Formats: sequence, C-alpha cells, structure tokens
Amino acid sequence: MISKLRSLFNKTFDAIIPLFATLLALFLGVFMLKALGKDPLAAYAALFEGAFGSQRAIIQTIIKATPLLLVGIGVCIAFRGGVINIGGEGQIIVGALASAAFALYVPIQSRWIMIPLCLLTSMLAGAIWGGVPGILKAKLGVNEILTTVMMNSIAVYLSNFLLRGPMIDPHEIEMGTRAAQTALLPEYTFLTRLAPPTQLNTGTILALILAGVAFVMLFKTTIGYRIRAVGKSADASRYAGIKVPFYQALALILGGSMAGLAGGIEVLGVQHRVMENISANYGFNGIVTALFGSLHPLGTIPAAFLFGGLMVGGNKLQRTVQVHSAFIDTLLGIIVLFVVAAKIFSTRRSKKRAING
Amino acid sequence: MAEKRITYPKSDHIKKLQMIDITKRFPGVLANDRVNLEVNEGEILALLGENGAGKSTLMKQLYGLYTPDSGQILINGKEVVFHSPTDAINAGIGMIHQHFMLVSNLTVVENVALGLKSSRAPFLDLKVVERRMMDICDTYNLKLDPKRYIWELAVGEQQRVEIVKALYRGADLLILDEPTAVLTPQEVDEFFVILKKMAEAMHSLIFISHKLNEVIEISDRVTVLRDGCSVGSVKNENITKTDLAEKMVGRPVVLQYDRSPLNRREVRLKVEDLYVPNDWDEDKVCGVSLEIHGGEILGLAGVSGNGQRELAQALSGLRAASKGKIYLDGVDVTKAAPYEHNLAGQSYIPEERNKEGIIKDFVITENFILEDHDKEPYSKNSIFNFKNIDRETQRAVDAFAVKTPNLKTMVKNLSGGNVQKLILARELSRKPRVLIAAQPTRGVDIGASEYIHLRLLEQRDLGMATLLISEDLDEIRALSDRIAVIFDGRIVGIVDGPSATSEMLGLMMAGVPLEEAQQKK
Repeated sequence: MISKLRSLFNKTFDAIIPLFATLLALFLGVFMLKALGKDPLAAYAALFEGAFGSQRAIIQTIIKATPLLLVGIGVCIAFRGGVINIGGEGQIIVGALASAAFALYVPIQSRWIMIPLCLLTSMLAGAIWGGVPGILKAKLGVNEILTTVMMNSIAVYLSNFLLRGPMIDPHEIEMGTRAAQTALLPEYTFLTRLAPPTQLNTGTILALILAGVAFVMLFKTTIGYRIRAVGKSADASRYAGIKVPFYQALALILGGSMAGLAGGIEVLGVQHRVMENISANYGFNGIVTALFGSLHPLGTIPAAFLFGGLMVGGNKLQRTVQVHSAFIDTLLGIIVLFVVAAKIFSTRRSKKRAING
Repeated sequence: MAEKRITYPKSDHIKKLQMIDITKRFPGVLANDRVNLEVNEGEILALLGENGAGKSTLMKQLYGLYTPDSGQILINGKEVVFHSPTDAINAGIGMIHQHFMLVSNLTVVENVALGLKSSRAPFLDLKVVERRMMDICDTYNLKLDPKRYIWELAVGEQQRVEIVKALYRGADLLILDEPTAVLTPQEVDEFFVILKKMAEAMHSLIFISHKLNEVIEISDRVTVLRDGCSVGSVKNENITKTDLAEKMVGRPVVLQYDRSPLNRREVRLKVEDLYVPNDWDEDKVCGVSLEIHGGEILGLAGVSGNGQRELAQALSGLRAASKGKIYLDGVDVTKAAPYEHNLAGQSYIPEERNKEGIIKDFVITENFILEDHDKEPYSKNSIFNFKNIDRETQRAVDAFAVKTPNLKTMVKNLSGGNVQKLILARELSRKPRVLIAAQPTRGVDIGASEYIHLRLLEQRDLGMATLLISEDLDEIRALSDRIAVIFDGRIVGIVDGPSATSEMLGLMMAGVPLEEAQQKK
C-alpha cells in the first residue's frame, strides 16, 4: 500500500516538475521585467489574460496549440526512435506549400475529395522532407541533426522562390505590390470553422485524434515497439532481428509527415493561403512542446496548450506593457532550459529510487 | 626538475583497518546489518558474497561514496569519517572499480596524471609523472608502456593502469571490485602475481569476488557476506570450496552435476569449414567445422579473443561468414538474417547481455517479447495482446525464478544474475532446438549459475542441441558432453567431456594439438 502511494506520489511529482520549472522561469522573468522598468505583476496579468483570460483568448491559444501539437507528436515519434528531428520548420513549410499547390492547381471542386487529398499531400511533402535525412541516416549514417537543419534552409529558400515566382498571387502582380504570397485558396478546400468568426477549425480535432493514434501506434503496436526498441538499444534490436536503419528512417518519415500536416492545416484551416514565415517558429517550439510533454504523444496535448498560451499571451504582454518581443523569446528560452534541467533532475531521482530499491 | 609534485598529503601507513558494526539501510532494504571486517597490512582479504549480499555497499562506505547509518571505521585504531572519495584517498585508500574509469583516447601517463595538480601548472608535467609512474611499475613488476593509448590496451593492461593510478595517489589499501571478472585465465595468473607483490610491499588488499577458486587461491583470509550480514571470517587454511559456497549461499550447493547418460539424436547444427572476419576484415575464425547433435552439449573452450565471439555471431546471423557453410537441421542458413535463425528454432544467449541481450530501459514484459513480439500470441496484425504477454511473461518469470518486484520493472533495475535468468527464460521459452550460449554465467553469482546450469542440462535431456561457449573451464567440464578447444580461430581438437582433464584442456587452449596434449598428460 505504502509503496503504491509512494509510486503514485513519484509519478505525480515527475509530472508536475515541468510545471514547477515553468513557474521558476516566470519567477526569473520578474527580475528581467524589473530591470526593464516594467511592472511584473501587470505583465504577467497580461500574459495570463491574453492566453487563458477569456473565451476568445482560449480559442486563440488552441489555434496556436494545434500546429505545436502536431509537430510535437512528430518529435515524440522521432525521439522514441532515437533520432532527433530539428527539421520541423522546413517540414511545415513544404507541407503548407504542397497542400496549397494541390488546392490551387487541381481542379476538383469537391470538399470531400479535395480536403483529404490536400492534407495527404502536405503529409507526403513533410514525409519526404523528413525522409531525406532519414534515408541518409539509414544508408550512410549521416547525422540527422545536421541534415534536418539543412533541410530547413532548403525549404525556406524554396518557399521564397515559389512565393515570389511560380506560385505568387496573380493579383499581387496586377496590383504591383508583389507581396510574397499565394493566391487565396478556393473556398471548397477550407477546413470547417468551429467557432466563427474565430479561425478555430476542424484541424484541431484531427490533431487531437492523431495524438491518440500516435500513442496507440507507439505503445500498443509492434511497429511502435520496434521504433522504441531501436531508439533504446540498436544492438539489442539488431540481435532480435529488427532492421535498425529502416525503423530509424521510418521514425523520421513519420515525424516529418506530422509536421507537414501541421503546415497543411495551417493553410487550409487558418491562413487559406501560404505567405512568408508560415511556419512561425512552430517547428522549433514543437520540439520544446514534445520535451515538455515527456516525449509522450498524450503528454504533448497539455504541453501544446501551455505553449500555445505562452505564444498568444506573449503577444498581449508585449502590447500591454510595451516590452520588446525579445523578452518573450527569452522567457520561452529560459523555460526550455529549466524544463530540460528538471528532466535531468527527475531522471536522477528515478535512478536513486532504483538504487535504493 | 625535482620531485616537487604535490599529490595528496601522505597519511600514516595503514597497519590495520577495521569496520565495526557497519549498518546501512536504504528504503526497504537493509543493505548492511552490523557488518564487521578487518584487514591488516600485507594481507589479502577476500570479501565473498553473492550479488546483492552487500559487498559493494560495504566497500562504497569504505571509499566514502556512502556514509554508514551506524558503525565505525577505524584506521590504526583511530576512528575516521569519510564524506567523499577524496577523504578516503587522502587516508590512503584506493579503489579499482569493475568498470574502469579511464579515458580511452588519452595515453597511459595522461590517465595517471588526470585530476592531479601539475607541478608546472598551468603546463603539464607528464615527464615527471611518467618517471614516478615507471618507478611504481618497476617496484611491482607491472608491465606498462606509458605512451600507449588506453584504447590500444587489452583489458588486463587497462586494469594495471588503474592499479598504477591508485598507487600513484598513495594508496596503502586497495579495494578491488571483482577484478578478475574481465580477465582471461592467463591474465588472472599475471594479476595474482601483482597482488602478491603488493601484499609483500605491506599494502592491504580487499578483493571482492564470488569465484571460489580464486578466493581460495589468492586470499589470506576470507570474509563472507550473506544478505547484508557477515556470516563469518575465516583464515584461508584447509577451507574447501564446498564450505565457502555453503556459507555464501546459505544452503549446500551442487558444484558437480549428475548428468543423465547422453542420448544423442540427429545432427542439428552443422558448421563446415567456416571463416568469419572481425570488424577489420581479418579472419578470426579460420576453417571451423563442428557438428552438434540434439540432446548434446558441446562446450567450446578457449582463451577469450580466439574467435569465439565472431563464431557465435556468425552462427546467429549477426556477422557474415566470408567462407564456409552453416546448416541448421540440414538447411543452409549461412546467409540467413538473425530473425530467420529465430524462426528456424535457434536461440542465442549473447556474450554482451546488457548490450545485445536486453534493452535496459524497457520493462520485463517488453524485453521478454523482444524476438517474438510480432508473433502470436503476443500480437496479431501488429496489435499487441497485453493479456497474453503478461501471462506468458509471468509464467516464464516464475518458472525461471527471476527475482523482481513486478513485470513492469525496468530491466536496468535487475541484478546481473536476474537479467541472465530473464534472457534464459526468454530463449528457452521459445522452445529452441538449437541454443548458442555465449558466456551464460559470466558475472553471475553461484546460486543463479547453478540454476542456469541445471536448466541447460534439463533442455539437453529434452533434446536441445547446445553450443556452450565459455572461458570458465569448470563450467565447460561440468556441462559438456564433448569439448572443442578453439585457438587462433581453429579447433585444436575435440575431446570427450568426462575424460578431459584441466591440464589437457589448458595445453590445448594454448594451441598444443590434441595428440601432443594427450602425450604430455
């Protein structure tokens, strides 16, 4: 009984460690705000208000949380397979571009056909963007951290080229403004809005479902078992007859497809066109989100909500107390540092528990 | 340059070390219960006990890694308290861990100097270190080249570096944690010579072990720990292995097994003129031919590094043979992948069990299904059936007496013996017709070893063909129906198990052909 209680206590404790780390980071932020000559109380009130203070705020938070969740799920899968996917940004961009291209250039005027196909196209594009590093890793042992980062640059410049050249909105040329963006997508490719006039759309539901699917895949199926086995011990996996390179590549491909889908949903559900900076740092913040959620697809759900809130609330904070946006980035960075440090702390604790029996 | 290097303040020479009524409690475990231990200068004390008996905990308290809950440590009659290893080192205590603490891409002398203040700071004074180090080596007859890199050294040499490191830091009393576990028989002999030399030079040595032969051979006195208590401290005169084993395990232990008569069946595994390269493309196995029948255990004896590892890997599909054939039940499996060997009814207990045999961060059930996770009853259409997995795992865990709190325990939290029992449980539950067992009881305590041996014999009687690869001659002789000796990648000879003597096998392990070895006998 006591041991059960203790294990429950330990589990809860490990779960709230990231939360504690966040509070600690916010506490450190107090000093930064003081140094900037701002009122910390007012600032954090604005942050909270902006993130969770009203129905509207919560909806905004959920909208931001959706791509974070999808990227986070992808990062979970990759990490579990022992590979690190830093390529979320690029995968979002190509996912967005691919789904927009499909929506703009394939003349099938049916929602039921177009929306699934557009989303699949975005996943495929993301999968390719994750697959290139995956296959390079599998075949040649090239470090996937480097290649995924490089693929980000390629995606950014590809996007710059397409948005200024082949895919630019014809209106922009007519008007002479030449803003780097695509034309508005046809309406039949829009995801259904759940709470007009906000941009909340069915993509969020899809993301939540996929979190569940990823959880089942990772922990209840043999494919997920193999991915996790490869991630924990390549030697033992090889001995057990699991094709290690294949599952490493697969982990990156699946991770890439999730990020690609995030791009697709952002386009079909929120923006309805692709413009520059469509990825909006979701690719990097998604990594943090996944880490925050203990690299567990279901844990990533609340983590995405929290980070979405920080992104939205950060905007509000910035406007209300007039701090530079760098402050928000710094705050997010500190939270990341603290969360990662807390992870090490809780790993040590569990090791100690193991030693002490 | 003068010898002005400051190392640690030299303390009084340790004439007598006593640990009195040491008690150490961890949550839920009484690791040491009023343990007493005493060692005098020039004495080799063996600390004997099974895994989990509290040997390491006791020594960690002596080395300042833990502090005792109660009890005293006395040096030359005066009480000392160690809060950290630095305190222990300053008092003249050194510890050689089972897993060496060396930096592999630094040289020997750089490793010795590591962490010490340089006399020419901020510059290194490796010349001075080297000179002093070589003095120590000469004194104790330790053969070491200071300029070599650690990664170039054999395990035995690395151990010598650890010893020199400890002596360099002024250690009077050396704690050696299972020092022979990683050594070949030859290296063990050399190592014992070094130990005797150090004892002659009035060093005190505490030798942690669970190998009875070695304890009897080297120690002056033996202290036995069981379940955290000291169950006796005896002078090493006229004590027998049986006595020690009984003290250690707490019940009479079978050191020799009654084997039922050999019931040889058809050939299960056949190896023909096999050549296997190592990672650098040099053939480590050169023309091995073997036939193993069902119902038979074929022991493969040999000094480590003579091709056993490569042979085992080739036989299980983890390493490609460059020439020759392997037949499993008459089917050519030379080029088969590991899972095809599994499917064909072959199991493999890998030599490096913690690396290849299990996934430390997986729980027991997940490890149990490692090879067969994609087969019924564990999964169907890629979806796991956790009820079946739990049931089968529980059955195997019970059948093989794996000690664990529950099935959801991470395997990294199991002791070495229990990990090996789990692997054995997994491999034998698959009802293999052929088993390749590489070093199945290395680093496993007597109780668990005995258990593993009995299970292997039981499977032999049921018709399994076993290739037992071991460096432990006692193990080979106790279990094998036939013994093949490998030297330099070749089979020197195959002899009948019951008639083989240690001397003969020893000669063959050194490469002397069978006929000659028999004549010398």
